[in-house]
Amino acid sequence: MTAAPFIDAPVSALRRALDDKKISSVELVTLFLDRIAALDTSINAFITVDRDGALAAARAADARIAAGTAGPLTGIPLGHKDVFCTEGMLTTCGSKMLANFVSPYDAHVVSLLKAAGAVSLGKTNMDEFAMGSSTESSHFGPTRNPWASDHVPGGSSGGSAAAVAARLAPIATGTDTGGSVRQPASFCGITGIKPTYGLVSRYGLIAYASSLDQGGAFGASAEDCALLLSAMTGFDRRDSTSLERPVEDYAAALHAPLADAAKPLAGLTIGLPKEFFAAGMSDEIRAATAAALDQYRKLGAVTREISLPNANLAIPAYYVIAPAEASSNLSRFDGVRYGHRAATYADLDDMYCKSRSEGFGAEVQRRILVGTYVLSHGYYDAYYLQAQKLRRLIAEDFRRAFTECDLIAGPTSPVTAWALGAMRDDPVQMYLADIYTTPVNLAGLPGISHPAGFDAAGLPIGLQLIGNYFAESRLLTATHHFQQATDWHLRQPALLTDAQK
Amino acid sequence: MPLTNEQVRRLARLSRLAMTDAAIDTTRTRLDGILALIARMQAVDTSGIAPMSHPQELATRLRTDEVTESDQRTAFQAIAPQAEAGLYLVPKVIE
Repeated sequence: MTAAPFIDAPVSALRRALDDKKISSVELVTLFLDRIAALDTSINAFITVDRDGALAAARAADARIAAGTAGPLTGIPLGHKDVFCTEGMLTTCGSKMLANFVSPYDAHVVSLLKAAGAVSLGKTNMDEFAMGSSTESSHFGPTRNPWASDHVPGGSSGGSAAAVAARLAPIATGTDTGGSVRQPASFCGITGIKPTYGLVSRYGLIAYASSLDQGGAFGASAEDCALLLSAMTGFDRRDSTSLERPVEDYAAALHAPLADAAKPLAGLTIGLPKEFFAAGMSDEIRAATAAALDQYRKLGAVTREISLPNANLAIPAYYVIAPAEASSNLSRFDGVRYGHRAATYADLDDMYCKSRSEGFGAEVQRRILVGTYVLSHGYYDAYYLQAQKLRRLIAEDFRRAFTECDLIAGPTSPVTAWALGAMRDDPVQMYLADIYTTPVNLAGLPGISHPAGFDAAGLPIGLQLIGNYFAESRLLTATHHFQQATDWHLRQPALLTDAQK
Repeated sequence: MPLTNEQVRRLARLSRLAMTDAAIDTTRTRLDGILALIARMQAVDTSGIAPMSHPQELATRLRTDEVTESDQRTAFQAIAPQAEAGLYLVPKVIE
């Protein structure tokens, strides 16, 4: 048994290998655990690796496989973003505040995947409380981009994206509040989908901005994302915004029969927002995006220019609404019931203030302060209410656009992965890089990012597709056909291939 | 309009964050940058637009009034910084 064919295999091939007894889940999980042990000291994709728990779950999966009761993910290893609560294991949210927090219960997503027989390898690194676009604000140190170790992997789900890119796990969960699945997928050269708001339960997902937070899936391909996402969705009464809809099998939909195999996307209209193609993106990203759109046309899709006239307001609206919700959500961390408590304090109020300022990092504190400001008396109407009105204008833009097209395409990010530390002293520059992803969260729409080329430095470029509400299947199917015709998603970081040898 | 140090102290106070004098200048500069970014919103006329607080605009779901959770006090208090005899301990607030 050699490691490489299993490490690099798509989930569907791992499924066949497990079912055909070519490999056991214990053996497969051991391969990935050993790879993490060998490579993650230099990448830092994982905060916690749960070797014993993973092997126990793998043994249980092997029993299910032997009994013939395995599902699509039984015995398949995965990583969970450390924002999802896991019973009996650390859930840190990348923060000193929760550095010792062991959740008494599992997030809904975690229990669904446990029930599916998927094997959690551990918890992946992230920007503190999911606030950031680079995974540099983690209390546990930055994650490094597998394509260039002196560059960021994107964020906030940078650990999950880097883990999949480096094949430390075949698939991983993430969350996306303003782009935190799509942008790191883009920076790490993998595929990542954020579904329609309400499709994935937020129960046990430590809240950042509740009206925007949504669980999502990372994989090497659309098919791997489809397999993971299908197991993550479904109504949960414990999340008041969970939608009561039948669960879809996104993976099965990818293989629906085609009228014309040469033109699998015939009949699909892709809208190109002129605002997304205005100045602001690098020439290399512009060229890669144009080439990807050519490929979509070759596959039978039609492209047409559309307009999202208020898209440029998404960044300011997002950076009001998200901090406002964050300042409220993070008020629960007071050093009383869980989390960090200062060692010395004069009285109760002093204990709150010291525990919070010791437990939260600089970016989290900034967002709490901004949120407090925009919600405070005299500023509420000018900031928070105005941002909510702009949110409606942005959602209306999309509603109109989807009367003219089926999907919307553009770059995921105006830049490729930046050097570690490059934006450390300039949070506003980092916020501005979220320009193409935040409108999607404000409207609550689904979006996917898939690999579409590389820049001159060899860093991955991602293409974003945005769908109408509940168009996950259409997003995954379009990406799948693109990936059947291209090989960007099969490229792997050279550094790691060398390390493997 | 740029923030004053006094405003930053007040925000820190409302947010229950301890703010040292050494940190206040940097914090003020960073916040000014962020507020300048979000001030772009003010240029847009939104009169007559209804605020959107949520993507799905759902009504709060009702359920039957029945017991669905069991007592997990021990599990929850096991992770508390300080708990004793079923109570969370905090500094004395009433003399």
